[in-house]
Amino acid sequence: MTADTTTLDRIAANKRRYEELKAAGGHAPAVLPAPTARGLPLPPGPLTRETIPPGWYFTTRLKAGEALRIALMDAPAAVALVCWNAHETSERLNYADTLKIQWTARLQKGRVLFSDMGRVMLSLVEDTGCAHDALVGGSTAASNRARYGAKADSERLRNTRDNFILAAGKLGLARCDIPPCMTFFAPVNTDADGRLAWGADTRQAGDFVDLRAEMDLLVALSNCPHPLDPRPDHAAGSVEAIRFQAPPAAFDDLCRTATPEAARGFENLAR
Amino acid sequence: MNAKSFFAAPVHDPKSAIATHHVPPQAPWSGLVRRGQSIRIIDLEGQQAVDTLFYKAGDLAERYSAQDTVRVQGAAYVTTGTRLISNEGHLMGVVTADTCGRHDTSAGACSCESNTARFGQHTRYLHACRENFVYEVSKYGLTKRDIVPNINFFMNVPISPNGELAIVDGVSKPGDYVEIRAEMDLLCVISNCPQINNPCNGFNPTPIAILIFAGDEG
Repeated sequence: MTADTTTLDRIAANKRRYEELKAAGGHAPAVLPAPTARGLPLPPGPLTRETIPPGWYFTTRLKAGEALRIALMDAPAAVALVCWNAHETSERLNYADTLKIQWTARLQKGRVLFSDMGRVMLSLVEDTGCAHDALVGGSTAASNRARYGAKADSERLRNTRDNFILAAGKLGLARCDIPPCMTFFAPVNTDADGRLAWGADTRQAGDFVDLRAEMDLLVALSNCPHPLDPRPDHAAGSVEAIRFQAPPAAFDDLCRTATPEAARGFENLAR
Repeated sequence: MNAKSFFAAPVHDPKSAIATHHVPPQAPWSGLVRRGQSIRIIDLEGQQAVDTLFYKAGDLAERYSAQDTVRVQGAAYVTTGTRLISNEGHLMGVVTADTCGRHDTSAGACSCESNTARFGQHTRYLHACRENFVYEVSKYGLTKRDIVPNINFFMNVPISPNGELAIVDGVSKPGDYVEIRAEMDLLCVISNCPQINNPCNGFNPTPIAILIFAGDEG
């Protein structure tokens, strides 16, 4: 009887604490701003510019405070991203934590990407408003075969999984180091039963995202069509990856203040 | 697709189990499930999330991939008929029975570190699934690098059409179970979720049971 009372008290206390937390600010984010206008100029003096051809991958280092603009150059493309803490590669992108911590699968301007250690790796500081995918991941040899048939092998169609194996290898990392990815410019929706669908596709040349590094990072990108992209061919556009010095984050920086969860993710960077 | 119509649920008699394991609240468990064998996970008291990972027994670098599983299925939730796919694109197992109806595989495992971001710094020193996973996989020479987003059996994380995501009260009743038939020799690693900061365990972590059944071909 005593034990039962103790258990019930503990459940009630846990529940009360949760309700208080929810009431105290909860998970309603600040109103996120409208998408960035296409054509927003870069700050002066880009550090590096790289054109990633359709189907290919690219790796780069980013120092904290630097940013990466990923831009569609000539046609719709989807860009999958994985990243690691440059000094401790066991800390890496965790899409599941990114969604769960921010209570959303919808990444847009003002959101952040979390590592598996509760810390912010990248801030989505500018975004022209294409939808991005965090649920489905990138293409694989098998998904290319399912989508494109015999061409997948006869034309050696490239895929994101194999691109990341190569990218990781060149960074001194192995297969076990490749986390699940996020894909920019991939409008994936879910319906009430969880069924996946390719949503309204607004992508066009000039669309971009700016990702600001919040810790020193190794980044790998893959420019392959998203596996749910309904276009019958494997064609993708070229993508430009521009590394530049981001403007210093102000005290009221959007990504640092959008949600209490993100704010604590930044706090954890200082620990 | 309602896969239930494609798979006759094999109703194993619990008495025919070749092994039975009792996993206390908040504890990890791991074990081998041979190809053809089935593993049944029973939520004994209801509303208990069970974080689960699978590795190929002969090559631990091949492991469960939530994203590949979701892509191949064309849907976000795990239920009867879901084919569990590895990071190498191979079929690891099939969910052959599910008395609960819907399980999450997009929200991952709780950790001390993510708890601080989600709930506040005061939750740092509470036990978490990632602690269970790091400890348990270390028995097989694996490290945190080998831990990937998992299946959360009996955890209800609806993703709304506008992308919002919520972890809501568990829907499992006492005695609900899920059963997976192994399609390759599997190392199964489980964390009986210790989370007390949200409703996934009804604010009260409880024990689970694991039964292993022999395959049809013996």
